[in-house]
Amino acid sequence: MDPLEALVAQIQGLSSTPGDIARLHIILKQADDSLRAESTRLSPVLGQLAPSEHSLGFLYVLDAFTSGQISKQQAETSVPIITGFINACNAEQIRLAPEKFVLVCKRLKDQVMMLEAPIRGAGPLLTAARKLQLSTEHLTPLHSDFLMLCVLAKCYKTGLSILEDDIFEVDQPRDLFLYCYYGGMICIGLKRFQKALDLLHNVVTAPMSTLNAIAVEAYKKYILVSLIHHGQLSTSLPKYASSVAQRSLKNFCQPYIELASSYGTEKIAELEAYVQTNTEKFENDNNLGLVKQVVLSMYKRNIQRLTQTYLTLSLQDIANTVQLNSPKEAEMHVLQMIQDGEIYATINQRDGMVRFLEDPEQYKTCEMIENIDSSIQRIMALSRKLSAMDEQISCDQLYLSKVGRERQRYDFDDFDVPTKFNI
Amino acid sequence: MDADDESSNPMIDEIYANGGSPEGGGGEKRSRRLIISGDQFDIEAYASLYSGRTKIARLLFIADHCGGDNSAMQLEALRMAFDEIKKGENTQLFREVVNKIGGRLGPDYTMDVAWCETVDRRAEQKKEKLDNELNAYRTNLIKESIRMGYNDFGDFYYAHGQLGEAFKSYVRTRDYCTTSKHIIHMCMSAILVSIEMGQFTHVASYVSKAEQTHEALDQITAAKLRCAAGLANLVSKKYKLAARKFLETAPELGSHYNEVIAPQDVATYGGLCALATFDRTELKASTLTMIMLLNDDCEISIVFLILILYLQAKVIDNINFRNFLELVPEVRELINDFYSSHYASCLEYLANLKANLLLDIHLHDHVETLYDQIRHKALIQYTLPFVSVDLQMMASAFKTTITGLEKELVALITDNQIQARVDSHNKILYARHADQRNATFQRVLETGRVFDRDVRSMLLRTNLIKYDYNARSLSRKL
Repeated sequence: MDPLEALVAQIQGLSSTPGDIARLHIILKQADDSLRAESTRLSPVLGQLAPSEHSLGFLYVLDAFTSGQISKQQAETSVPIITGFINACNAEQIRLAPEKFVLVCKRLKDQVMMLEAPIRGAGPLLTAARKLQLSTEHLTPLHSDFLMLCVLAKCYKTGLSILEDDIFEVDQPRDLFLYCYYGGMICIGLKRFQKALDLLHNVVTAPMSTLNAIAVEAYKKYILVSLIHHGQLSTSLPKYASSVAQRSLKNFCQPYIELASSYGTEKIAELEAYVQTNTEKFENDNNLGLVKQVVLSMYKRNIQRLTQTYLTLSLQDIANTVQLNSPKEAEMHVLQMIQDGEIYATINQRDGMVRFLEDPEQYKTCEMIENIDSSIQRIMALSRKLSAMDEQISCDQLYLSKVGRERQRYDFDDFDVPTKFNI
Repeated sequence: MDADDESSNPMIDEIYANGGSPEGGGGEKRSRRLIISGDQFDIEAYASLYSGRTKIARLLFIADHCGGDNSAMQLEALRMAFDEIKKGENTQLFREVVNKIGGRLGPDYTMDVAWCETVDRRAEQKKEKLDNELNAYRTNLIKESIRMGYNDFGDFYYAHGQLGEAFKSYVRTRDYCTTSKHIIHMCMSAILVSIEMGQFTHVASYVSKAEQTHEALDQITAAKLRCAAGLANLVSKKYKLAARKFLETAPELGSHYNEVIAPQDVATYGGLCALATFDRTELKASTLTMIMLLNDDCEISIVFLILILYLQAKVIDNINFRNFLELVPEVRELINDFYSSHYASCLEYLANLKANLLLDIHLHDHVETLYDQIRHKALIQYTLPFVSVDLQMMASAFKTTITGLEKELVALITDNQIQARVDSHNKILYARHADQRNATFQRVLETGRVFDRDVRSMLLRTNLIKYDYNARSLSRKL
């Protein structure tokens, strides 16, 4: 019988119980090469298999099918197949062969990029990532691909849904860097600067033995977002950042650091001049839009400072203090800031006066109480997690052996560590 | 501040008067004006307060700083410096002064080469003699004589303007000092030379050394040491400490320290520094209670008398400082005005005194800073008791324009010295008290968020390190 036919039959037959599936897995692994050899004949095979029941088999066949070079027309046909598979497949089965799954999904990503329709891949990849994850705290390689497609397709809201999860388990550090970097970009796009700052901070301070390009790019964006959100940049990285990063990151981001120091002088004209002279550099890094936002944020910050010292102020005076050109511009800025919720004020157009108000938040509403309550719950959960991790490490063999080695031999207060642990 | 109530009643009326017309105080104010003597600077009177090297230094300083168009004062100062130097033995200073005079004072005040040579020759001979004596004493190893020898050397160098050598000689006597008196003598000489050299760190260290001797110091020496300490603090811009030191100086000082400082200076420096740095309670406790006693009101003075009995040791010092303040009535009036919120006249006194204070060798660099601080304190003190302040009234109280005043106030508000906000439309300043409850909520939420973020990042990093470690140990095992 045609080996392919036989294989199909086995897939169909052995896909019901976990024991069968395990055997099927072994068979499939052995048949992998032969499948690859017959990649051209595989499309009808795919039609015979049902993705939801025969997920593992389907996966292997699909992998072999898409392994070769694919042209645009072929991509047109294979994308829906892969998409359909992802949506229908069985999560437990594919978790038995995660690398293959990831490979297939990566191919999907390449194909949609080739077709220049990244949005077609975004939805499926989200589903794929969720299915592959062992828990919501687990980061898969698919996360970063998914976020990259979101960034390219500019559908930021879908990306945001996956960013709400906290990540603790990571397979590959590189995945994490990409995930945080793209995640940061998505948050910037949605103007959630605090979250963007947190994500980019994770990249920059992650433990790394050598500097990588992702960290450099992330640091550039980190500087800009930090200026927009906080109005200042701390000049040194925190102590827990890797020594490589602390030493050499700055050297690669020189124009940005100078921008930050120019921002610190609080002179708008200087800042704008600096931006003008270095426009190309910023443009090459695709950061020009962000840089323009930085300049805008300086006006905002100056206006915010005015709310601290004045109760009412004429638009003309605002324009003069903040170095804007006319009261009309000042009015536009103030209006924009009121709409964005950055200041609380009312504009009296008849007198040309702005009246600054206090923050109306009284911390008395139900929403606020719920907010505080959920924060408390969250932090308690985190705290428990921290203690659990502590316990786990203190029982870890490697840790005990290291500690046992360093412990005094004749310390009466401690128990003798069994020699088994003294490696 | 309950004690202020009695005195504040007249103050409330005067605030309106303050804003209204400057002559609101009536004859009282006019009579005060006559005391101001800041306009004309009498060099002779000034110079007569000092003796020795500091007199010459001060005269030269005045000559350098009195401004190009005031050549009369300059020449006067130079002439007096010339006369003073001729009485001494410092040929280098003599040459300097002659250069500065440049022949403008006639033939009597030109280079006297003969005198220079005589003095120099005499100096050489004296030096040789001292040297021989010192060597003799050293071979004989008589401690007291060696000490005297070094002292003589120190005096000799000091007279001839070689301050560095003088300092070294004085310091060398330290090894041969046997009694506390000797030590004190050494410290005083070292302090004198250091002040002349402008090395105030040495001054501070020698003052503390002198104060640590076992014997109790006599009043005058103690007062001298306080002055020196105060000067050191003033020069290093520690105005509050300087004020304290000057206020602690006993009035027995009199003119005993004329080679360094005059009692008028103690009052001026101390008063200005106190005004710039003390808060109201300290100012009152240190200097004013007694001044109030000088006022006409008997009932008030009785109340204050009772208060005084319960106040701390600072009260005793008040009497001391009052004696000093008598010597510079302008400063006394100035402090009085500040305390009773007559800011306009206070600032006027200050402005009048400024020209003369700029000619003072020690205060010269600090006048601007002290004045700024005093002005800021006046502004802050004015706004403190009110919920809302009309900027118009305040501007006239301080004799300044509304726009200028607004700028100053905005600077102070930004600096967090005044808790208020400006209503620029109606030109009113409203006091603003931070809402503690809201601020607390904000802080709590922020802390929670920061904790959350930090712990999550830490757990993530831990996992990364664990992964890294596992990967490495895996590769090692392989």
